Amino acid sequence: ANYRTVDEDFFEELEEIMIQADVGFDTVMELVEELKMEVKRQNIKDTEGIRSVISQKLVDIYYDGEEPDELLNMQEDELTVILFVGVNGVGKTTTIGKLAHQFKEDGKKVVLAAGDTFRAGAIEQLEVWGDRVGVDTVKHSEGSDPAAVMYDAVQSARAKKADVLICDTAGRLQNKVNLMKELEKVKRVIEREIPGAPHEVLLALDATTGQNAMTQAKIFKEATNVSGIVLTKLDGTAKGGIVLAIKKELGIPVKFVGLGEKMDDLQPFNAEKYVYGLFSDLVDKEESIEEEE
Amino acid sequence: MAFEGLADRLQGSIQKIRGKGKVSEADVKEMMREVRLALLEADVNFKVVKNFVKQVSERAVGQEVMKSLTPGQQVIKVVKEELTELMGGEQSQIAVAKKPPTVIMMVGLQGAGKTTTSGKLASLLRKKHNRKPLLVAADIYRPAAIKQLETIGKQLSLPVFSMGDQVSPVEIAKAGIEKAKEEHHDYVLIDTAGRLHVDETLMDELKQIKELSDPDEIFLVVDSMTGQDAVTVAQNFDDALGVTGVVLTKLDGDTRGGAALSIRSVTGKPIKFAGMGEKMDALEPFHPERMASRILGM
Ligand SMILES: Nc1nc2c(ncn2[C@@H]2O[C@H](COP(=O)(O)OP(=O)(O)OP(=O)(O)O)[C@@H](O)[C@H]2O)c(=O)[nH]1
Ligand SMILES: Nc1nc2c(ncn2[C@@H]2O[C@H](COP(=O)(O)OP(=O)(O)OP(=O)(O)O)[C@@H](O)[C@H]2O)c(=O)[nH]1
Ligand SMILES: [K+]
Ligand SMILES: [Mg+2]
Ligand SMILES: [Mg+2]
Repeated sequence: ANYRTVDEDFFEELEEIMIQADVGFDTVMELVEELKMEVKRQNIKDTEGIRSVISQKLVDIYYDGEEPDELLNMQEDELTVILFVGVNGVGKTTTIGKLAHQFKEDGKKVVLAAGDTFRAGAIEQLEVWGDRVGVDTVKHSEGSDPAAVMYDAVQSARAKKADVLICDTAGRLQNKVNLMKELEKVKRVIEREIPGAPHEVLLALDATTGQNAMTQAKIFKEATNVSGIVLTKLDGTAKGGIVLAIKKELGIPVKFVGLGEKMDDLQPFNAEKYVYGLFSDLVDKEESIEEEE
Repeated sequence: MAFEGLADRLQGSIQKIRGKGKVSEADVKEMMREVRLALLEADVNFKVVKNFVKQVSERAVGQEVMKSLTPGQQVIKVVKEELTELMGGEQSQIAVAKKPPTVIMMVGLQGAGKTTTSGKLASLLRKKHNRKPLLVAADIYRPAAIKQLETIGKQLSLPVFSMGDQVSPVEIAKAGIEKAKEEHHDYVLIDTAGRLHVDETLMDELKQIKELSDPDEIFLVVDSMTGQDAVTVAQNFDDALGVTGVVLTKLDGDTRGGAALSIRSVTGKPIKFAGMGEKMDALEPFHPERMASRILGM
């Protein structure tokens, strides 16, 4: 096969592809700098050799010397509480449905808490998911206090001897101070009822989002001590590359990726696979050039 | 990571120029580098940035900036003018059909804000223009999507037409328009399901709805937090449907909103409204100049 030489043009194209994946300028520059050194050091001449080096560098940037942390913090023989947070429309409720389905498949008893009492149809949306999956949903009426819903949900999950309680919350933009305060209160109620809970606070991030995702992660972390990210809507053409910088700056790992609107469209995060997807367009393009030749 | 506005970004290069007392072509080049970065941080698509910076550079190496005593200010002024220009004039008109009802289709990616915006638009049409809109629930896929629109209708005391989720959206749209004619509604707003621009089946469904309902407006609803992908999304929706305008939602957040510029420059279609909150009255006309300032962090 005929591989391209690794020259300035190649790096420029890589730069553009990574920017287009919303990786963000600083991270892209860091990657390209390190790659250039590595290419020199290993004396890599064509693009065949560089693929795995790019992947490795990206994975290194992502983990930043830390251990992988993709698994959920599940309590043995006790109730595990998972709280979902995030801005409007990113996929919190849908992901809860998918996750409940996974737990159910694993033979776990699941309860859902309809903590979005604000948005029109939000309670019904979660209930449809609950019915679809076959798990109970604890709800109050629209407009009621979300903290009160959480209180009841914890009692109900305990009474039912459930393994997992998954709590939905209303979408909110991170610059809305009052709404962020409300979210802190929701979390406090759970903490008060079960010391150590919530055991996971998952931030849903829409892969279509650009650099604002960094601010989302930062402020939601300050408010609720986010423990992981679910990167949704990766089935489109957007890549959500900002999660690299978020992991590096804030230490929040991606735990799941959302790949569609159906029950089964949720997968554990795999760093190697993910970073490959960030620059695969570059590689795919070359492969089609090779085929033509 | 704090996102610097253009002024902050230009600080360094301006200091240098001050020391020298004169602006060289190299200085302008350096300032353009900062412009490029500021736009990228604001999520303007990199191809759009490239073209834009090229355009601005031409003006910036001209007399205006080179001879100016405050070159930094001058660059910002040029950038802002060009940006505002690109974003188009202020426009929040909605088409009126020669023969009522006027049909508006709401389309876009999942979670962008179509259903919410449908309610807001209907409310605006009634309040500001004294119209009698009918909302049509054509999202049969998302759990409780119909319920969501019905609840919004109830909040606003506006009628919602639905046929449940077992009838095709194409049929629903058709029947909704018939109903509007019978009951003398002058506007019909069709809330469609969110879909990916690469989902051929669902994009075909939109084409069918368009064919059957002959809409006067097709509004592409876009989340203002969207990153680099905004151009691809907008391009695909526009190619498939020929959108007539854009609604940018969630501008009450703190995103710079560079997607606005990206979309405007690839589709050339006007951004008509800005969504400024979750409440039903939070819809405003879109202001290109304010958006330019926002993207530049001013
Ligand atoms: N294509 C795709 N669509 C998704 C995915 N996850 C969620 N969605 C869709 O995105 C839209 C919004 O999802 P929701 O689950 O309602 O999002 P949310 O964060 O709960 O929204 P709010 O409660 O309004 O803040 C729905 O149309 C979902 O079907 C995904 O992984 N891929
Ligand atoms: N803060 C804010 N939230 C908004 C705005 N517009 C919509 N939303 C919220 O964004 C979320 C998604 O809005 P929807 O109207 O359900 O979006 P959609 O495009 O109909 O979603 P699908 O039907 O699932 O594709 C909801 O939580 C809305 O309340 C806005 O201008 N500002
Ligand atoms: K979105
Ligand atoms: Mg929700
Ligand atoms: Mg909708």
